[in-house]
Amino acid sequence: MFNRTPIAPLEYTRKLWMRSWVGLTMLFLYAPLILLMIFSFNDSKRNVVWKGFTLKYYEKALNNDSLVEALVNSLTIAALATIVSLVIGALAAVALWRFRFPFKGLVEGTMSLPIIVPEICLGVAFLIFFAKVDWPTDLPWPLNLSAITIAHITFCFPFVAMVVRARLASFNKEEEEAAKDLGATEWQAFRDVLLPHIRPALVAGALLAFTLSLDDFVITFFTSGPDTITFPVKVYSMVRFSVTPEVNAASTILILLTVILTFIALKLQGVKGIAETH
Amino acid sequence: MTQAKQPIIQIRNVSKRFGKVTAVDNISLDILAGEFFVLLGPSGCGKTTLLRMIAGFEMPTEGQIIIDGQDMSLVPPNKRPVNMVFQSYAVFPHMNVTDNVGYGLRISGVSKGEIRDRVAEALELVKLGGFEDRMPDQMSGGQRQRVALARSLVMRPKVLLLDEPLSALDAKLRAQMQFELADLQDKVGITFVTVTHDQDEALSMASRVAVINKGEVAQLAPPADLYEYPANRFVADFVGSVNIFEGKLTLDEPDKAAVDCPGLGKIYLNHGVTGPHGADVWVALRPEKIYLHVPGEGKAVRAAAQDAPDGHNLARGTIKGMSYLGDITLYEIQLEGGQMIRVSRPNLSRHDQEDFTWDDKVSMHWRADSPVVLLS
Repeated sequence: MFNRTPIAPLEYTRKLWMRSWVGLTMLFLYAPLILLMIFSFNDSKRNVVWKGFTLKYYEKALNNDSLVEALVNSLTIAALATIVSLVIGALAAVALWRFRFPFKGLVEGTMSLPIIVPEICLGVAFLIFFAKVDWPTDLPWPLNLSAITIAHITFCFPFVAMVVRARLASFNKEEEEAAKDLGATEWQAFRDVLLPHIRPALVAGALLAFTLSLDDFVITFFTSGPDTITFPVKVYSMVRFSVTPEVNAASTILILLTVILTFIALKLQGVKGIAETH
Repeated sequence: MTQAKQPIIQIRNVSKRFGKVTAVDNISLDILAGEFFVLLGPSGCGKTTLLRMIAGFEMPTEGQIIIDGQDMSLVPPNKRPVNMVFQSYAVFPHMNVTDNVGYGLRISGVSKGEIRDRVAEALELVKLGGFEDRMPDQMSGGQRQRVALARSLVMRPKVLLLDEPLSALDAKLRAQMQFELADLQDKVGITFVTVTHDQDEALSMASRVAVINKGEVAQLAPPADLYEYPANRFVADFVGSVNIFEGKLTLDEPDKAAVDCPGLGKIYLNHGVTGPHGADVWVALRPEKIYLHVPGEGKAVRAAAQDAPDGHNLARGTIKGMSYLGDITLYEIQLEGGQMIRVSRPNLSRHDQEDFTWDDKVSMHWRADSPVVLLS
């Protein structure tokens, strides 16, 4: 107690003002989420004041067929968009890193356009595009999700490409040459040396793409039809009537799902690898 | 060192241009089987490009590279009978030592048992026994280099290429690795081709050295010849330290020659030069081949009672600079003609460095067979 070492000038973690600042930041970030989760157990239809604990809204949410369908749609779209974005994004990043070709700067710039163009514009653009090409809307599940999935891939893959590109910058090209020198073909060198190097970036990129796709509202809203409601769109329509604990319950389930997925991804990769990416 | 006569690598009129820059300019040379060949030159002279062309990572713009009798023009790096140790070592960071060393064997489909035996043998060779399960980030630079060496040697290449193998090591370790590499080469009998900018490295390890300057071979010779009989000013200056004086060849007979250097007088040699009479030539004189003493008095060191013994050249000057380096002391001396000359003197006793000091008038002499006359 009394022989604590004095606080050194750069030991910010032991300073009161720094600790309270961090605490406030945490509160600011997580208080709304925690409130949302708490009120999912609230035994009240209006969901304004706490009326007691119940699980009935979870039951209600899980029995709400259209809500479950929307959730399944969202997860399917997110999974498909993630896989495709991962492949396109990684390949684009490797191509831009490895080769010199005419208009490379232009290609690079255009590729990050979906990141900077306002979502509302992209949404409208997709609406017009799919109408113009007469994209079929009456396909059976899951093909009816193709329009949304394509739209999602468009704004997801640049993020993957960006993360992978950043990771590639730290790659020692001599490692790839060493592999070839030892007898590896182009493909073997890619598989055994380059791929392990960018793996953390691929995991990070996949997480980014998955979460971006899962919670996208604006672009999805413009590309979804009556049969292709996704979770965020469904929640929006529910909220328009009233914010019942059912919405809270559904959101809590979604948060739980993403946290578990992230946790698994981090476990698979080792947190260290992800941290190295950035 | 065993030296077979036939060349293992033949470089035939090879040039390499990157756009307008000529990195390698019409080089032809043979590397013999079993030798320790060093490509020596300043950075940017094209030596690494030449090595990378042998490995197959660069294609010659012109010319031909023949390895073991086979034209390599269309052979990709993964099919060549050579292996390379990279400057950064390029050890695969996500594989442990065993997997790193065994990588080449694994992808070429060698059986598990044989891989195990050959990896163990290679690790033994580079003294890394007991490190099998280490990851590269748990090893020092020197150890990682041994992994890279073992990874190449395990492939039993005809030629091992080493790109600046010692440049990343500290001075003590570098000196030790110089011996170890030479020893290793002797043991495995594989031809080593090394690129370096460090003349000590080249002199201590090589059986033959090619000095490269501006994409061309300035001289190709065994280390001692390179130092004692440099072919031109570039080699004389790049390999070791040297005094160079410009002059005119005034006497040139089979057993003697003289060069008249303005400000220094005539420098006599006890052998012929075979250069055109009256031609502009350069005289190169190594600092350690010059004897230093106080003019005509008993404090003279190392040499004679007189100013210069018979057959020696003589010069006088004033000490303008000194640097004590422990084993030797280096003197910058201004000659009577105004030119500066560098003289090094071994500190044979613990007080030798006290013999001379700044502004001392000194005499210098050197044997008539010490200077080298350079025609270019």
